[in-house]
Formats: sequence, structure tokens, C-alpha cells
Amino acid sequence: MDNMLKITNGQAIARASIPLVPFESFFTSLSTFVKNDGYIVQFFAFTEEDKNFILAVVRNSDLYVISTEVGSIFQSLTGQVSEKFHMFEREVAEQYGLRPDGHPWLKMVRYHPNYTGYPDVFDNDYAEEIPGNYSYFQVKGEAIHEVGVGPVHAGIIEPGHFRFQCAGEEVLHLEIQLGYQHRGIEKMLPTMPMKRMPIICEAIAGDTAIGHNLCLCQAIESLAGMQIEPGASITRCIALELERLANHIGDLGALSGDVAFNPPASYFGRIRGEFLNLLQVLCGNRFGKGLVRPGGVAHIMGEEQRQLLRDKLAEITPEIEHVCDLLFTAHTVLARFEHTGTVSKEMASDLGLVGYAGRACGLAYDARVAFPTECYQDLPANSNKVTDGDVNSRAWVRREEIMHSLQLITMLLAKHEALMEEEKAVQTRPVNLAADSFVVTVNEGWRGEVSHAILTDRQGDVQRYKIKDPSFHNWTGLAMSLRNQGISDFPLCNKSYNLSYCGFDL
Amino acid sequence: MLKVIQNRIEQGCKTSNYPLEPINLYHRYRGLPVIDSECSLDIVQRCADICPQDAIQVEAKTIDLGKCTFCGQCEVEGEGAFARFSEDFGLGAANRGDLITQGTLPDLAAHSKQEFKKLFGRSLQLRQVSAAGCNSCEADTNVLNTPFFDLSRFGIDFVASPRHADGIHVTGPISKNMRQALLDTYDAVPSPKIVIASGCCSISGGPFYGSDEIIGDLNSLIPVDLYIPGCPPHPLTTLHALLKFFKQG
Repeated sequence: MDNMLKITNGQAIARASIPLVPFESFFTSLSTFVKNDGYIVQFFAFTEEDKNFILAVVRNSDLYVISTEVGSIFQSLTGQVSEKFHMFEREVAEQYGLRPDGHPWLKMVRYHPNYTGYPDVFDNDYAEEIPGNYSYFQVKGEAIHEVGVGPVHAGIIEPGHFRFQCAGEEVLHLEIQLGYQHRGIEKMLPTMPMKRMPIICEAIAGDTAIGHNLCLCQAIESLAGMQIEPGASITRCIALELERLANHIGDLGALSGDVAFNPPASYFGRIRGEFLNLLQVLCGNRFGKGLVRPGGVAHIMGEEQRQLLRDKLAEITPEIEHVCDLLFTAHTVLARFEHTGTVSKEMASDLGLVGYAGRACGLAYDARVAFPTECYQDLPANSNKVTDGDVNSRAWVRREEIMHSLQLITMLLAKHEALMEEEKAVQTRPVNLAADSFVVTVNEGWRGEVSHAILTDRQGDVQRYKIKDPSFHNWTGLAMSLRNQGISDFPLCNKSYNLSYCGFDL
Repeated sequence: MLKVIQNRIEQGCKTSNYPLEPINLYHRYRGLPVIDSECSLDIVQRCADICPQDAIQVEAKTIDLGKCTFCGQCEVEGEGAFARFSEDFGLGAANRGDLITQGTLPDLAAHSKQEFKKLFGRSLQLRQVSAAGCNSCEADTNVLNTPFFDLSRFGIDFVASPRHADGIHVTGPISKNMRQALLDTYDAVPSPKIVIASGCCSISGGPFYGSDEIIGDLNSLIPVDLYIPGCPPHPLTTLHALLKFFKQG
């Protein structure tokens, strides 16, 4: 760990200060780190003057950065050290044409030609139709059958492909193959003018518009040396918590619907909309699009908006408590939630699960507590009582987070009201970014750790933009939840995670 | 059981009476823009410069609602002198060209095909296809099935199979990776069939215009019958468009 540099969330550093070490020492340092309760925040490649580099940001109770130069082949950490690197190394192979040697399952992530023009690691011809045309992990045996689902699913839901290997009803293995939603965001962002960047980041994953856009704006603010007003900071936190509430409540309703208990499904479905309407009160858009902008917020929360928030919270908080009580005391619900789709704490830790998926397994990590941004430093942390790693635990964690977020918003509203100074709304303007710099931002979006990283070049232009949605870690958790589980439990397990396809596919 | 009854009483009936009674959205909501055609070109130019979507045509003084994400920056920049966004959520259009607007849209009910009204006016089954959407269009379409909107009271349903559908409702900028699956779904719908492009992504690529990983314009792949602008369209925008297009006039 001696050769890693400790960094602070959202604080730009000079690129020259990022340790550049030989690959062997990069490999050993990261091995030791991840084996001692360390996790990966970012792990990505970039090129400069025809050389290839890999940069890693890792966390324990602090954030660290380390980088190395690699040739077109490098030794895989997934194969020898930890599954935590699995998807990251596949991404590096796909984006930059660099082969992680010894990777046990080197497949495409999103089917696109690499950025470098190197020979394709997967021998693909991208002029041909690739999605759907590739081999899956197969279990062989006379009684084994395969079930393929997607990309177009039976509902109003994003596309992805699930391939189950089953013996009767029992799932032996589930492989999740995404990539259908790939829009080339990381490739296009460095070429975009500043005015387009927040609009794009709000559409990385629309249900995490605030989470992702906050990561962008904090990164830009740090690179451009912008200060934001305390009022704007409070509004951002309120928006992030409203986003969390809307999604958690919607998911509890959907979980209830998936076990055929319809009253909470209807009530929570409607109550979720109330929170989206509150985001619309703040900024005119039900997903918070157009609110957070580099330098602050584009819409000031005034007394009128504060009062509307207070009134609505006072009205629906008891309703939420009652519907939660209805859901969590129904025997038929508990019989389906408990011991379904269990992931052990050890497995969760091996995979590096984040957010409620991790917390439901006993991994307490919450970026609001570990690396607080905006006003989270001054707000109380949440804790979880039910952490058995099953659907029930993931539902309970949501319930606890709902009550916690409601409490946070009440505190934030009081804080905002006490502010004396006049606030000013901001618009996106062209800014000068610090040259040759690096910044990483981490926020606890509703699904978990959202992180963006920016490398700027000598002119202060964005050279590399890296995005990580929590789903990038957690899809593997869903696959593990299905091991030795009845295939009919898939919808329930899937909803208990409710991961993002577009956040993963970028 | 007692708890079910208690909750049922507490929740009451939340279904809106729309369209019999109008719904007024909160004034910060940004719907159909009101454009001042007398506005000086300097101001329009400034608005066009700040527009992230390049949706403003300066000389013509128009906004392309098929590109616009309704971020509202032009309203702030021009202090409302060029465009102000009203609370009017009726944004659907039958022709792409109509979305390039000086602030008015043709009456959708009068522009939709009469044969569609006859065929689907009393029962409309749609298959939703998310083609690289960010999930906000999908989420705000799903919301139509919640008790407040209760879409099925109009005889409109989203169904699981294209074979059961009268048409497709497409969201997202259509990634190259979803192109084939989208065309397969379209082919699987029995004719005559309807195609609805929902959200600025499926109309013009939305926030992702210019990316080489997307198609960006649904109409370039399959003929679109109904356009529903927004980022995402408000559930009422979708509801309004479906009712006008299939049921009224």
C-alpha cells in the first residue's frame, strides 16, 4: 500500500502525483489491498502517446490511486487474485484491445469496436450483427436444459439477455449478458461541449439522474475551482434522497406485486409518483433532470417549494409506515421473501457488492458515510438490522433506508430554512478545467456507489471520462442469487436488486 | 386481513378524473413553449448558443420539440423574451415536421388516421420496446398503470407479447445493439400496426445525438405514426397523446 497515493473524494490532483509503478508492483499492491477488505472503485485503461496505461482507484476506509503501463497483454488479476476485477478487466479488453492474460471468462461486455484500433481481443467483425450471436457457459448432462430470456422482456423494462442452465426447476447457473443499451457515452463525453455534459450524464441511467449528474458536477467543480453555495448543496442532498425514496418505494411495491400481494403494489406504485412529483416541484422534471449543474443548482428551492415538500411528507409518511407494516407482516409475503436468493456475506465481499445489495449481506459500506460529499458529513448515518443476504434482507434494507431518508429530508429542510444568504441559480457555462489533472467523485446513489473519474490533458481538455454505475458490481450478485434456486424465483430476485441495464451498458 | 381493510380505507380512491376534469401541473413543470415571434434575433441567437440540444433555429425562431429535453435554459437565458415553457402537457404530434414549432402544435385528434380510431379506439394493446432508453421514459410509461392514471380504464394496455399487440411504443435512441431486436419485435406485431416514438431519444437521438453507437431516429428504421416529445414525456403527455390520437375526433 506504500506505493499508492491517498486521495480525497472530489478533489482534483495533478496527474504527475499519481504513482506510476511497474506492472509487477501494481499487481502485488492491488492483490494485497483487495485481499485485506479493500474494494475497487475504478479500474480503467487509457492511452497516451501510443502507450497504454491502467489506473485503479481502490477503497478501504480511504481512497487510493495507483497506475501502471501495460503492453497489449497483461496478467489478469481476476484469474489469480479476486473476482472483484472480473468485469473491469473485460471492459479494459473491450475498450482498449488489451488482453488480460489468464482471465477465466474473457467475454465482451457491450459489443463495440475498441477505441484504439488494436486487433480485437474477441475476434469480432463489428460490421456483422453480434448481439445474440455468441456462446454461453453451458452445463452438460442429459437432464439439463437451457432457458433464454430477452433481450426484449415481457414488460416495460430495459433489454438484456439472461441464460439459465437448469436441472428441472433448479437453476445451476445464470449468465447475464448485457450490452444492448450501449450508447457509447464514455467515448462521446470527451468530445462534448460543457453544455451537453450534464444532459448526457442525466441520461446515463434516468432513475439515477441526480446520482450520476452529481458525480459529473462535483468533478467539474473541482477541476474548475468552483465553489458552491450551502443552499445549493442542501438542495442537491434533498434531490438525491427523493430519488432514493421514489425508487425504494417503487421497488417495494413491485416486490409485493411479484409475490401476488396486490394492495401494497398499488399503494406504493402511487406513492412513488408522489416523490417524483416532489422532484418536479423542485426543478420541473419528475426525475430531477435539469436541477444539478456545475456550480450549484439551476432551480432555487424557495419557501413555497419547502412548504410543498413538508406538507407532502407529513401527509404520506404515515401512509408509508402503514403500507410497510402491511407488507412486512403478511405471512404469505414473508414465506416468499425469506431464504430466497441468498448471497452470503463472504460471497458479497468476494464480488464487491455495493449499495443495498451489499448492506443486505452485512457489508455496511455507504458512500454517504465513508466519503461524504455535499452536506452528508453533518447528517446521521443509517444502520441495518436484517442482513441475511436474501430477498427479505434486501427489502428490509430498503424499508430502513426509506425511513432514514424521510428523516434526512426533514433535517435538510430545516437547515435550508435557517440559511441567511440569498441563493443564485446557475446555468451551464463553458469553464476552464485544470490541465494535466485527475479527479474521482463518489456518491451514494440509490443503488449504491456511483463514481465518475476524469483525466484532463495538457490543454485542460477531457482526455478520458470514466463512469461506473453500482450495477457494474451488482449484476454478478444477482447471478449468484439464482444458484440452486427455483427458476420461478427469478423475477422476485431480479426485482430485489433492480439493477440498471443502461447504467451498466453506458 | 384487518390491515388490508385499514389500508384500503386510508388510501381511498386516488384515480384522477382526467380527461373529464383538467389537471394543473405545478408551475415549474416545463411543457409546450410559448414563443415570442417578435423577439430580437440577438436574444434568439443567445438562446440557440446555450441550447445543449441544438434545437433552436435562429432565423425561423423555432424550437424542435423532437430534440428539446425541456431543460429550460433558453427561458432563463432570454429571461422569457424568446421562449417560456407553459404547463401545457399536450405535446404529441402525428408528423415529425410539426414538432419544429413556433409555439403551437396542430390538433392531434384531427390529424390522426380515422382508420386507427375505428380499429383501436375501443381497445388498444401496445408492446413497449426499450431500445437504449435511460429508463426514465420506461418508468414514466409504467406509471400509467398505477392507480392515479389507471390506463386500462381507457381500454389501453401494455402487453407482454408483440403477437398480442396492435403496435409498438419505442423509447431510447436505438443503439446499434438493439436494432435487430427492435425490427424483430416490429415484424412480430400483426398488421395493421402502429408505431409510437416516445421521448426525444427515439425521435432524434436525444442527449446522445452524434454518437456513432446509436441510430437516433426511429422513423429512419420504421414508419412512425405518433411522436411523443419529452425527456421523459410526462405520463400525462403520453396519456393525452394516446387519447387524442386513438379516441377523440
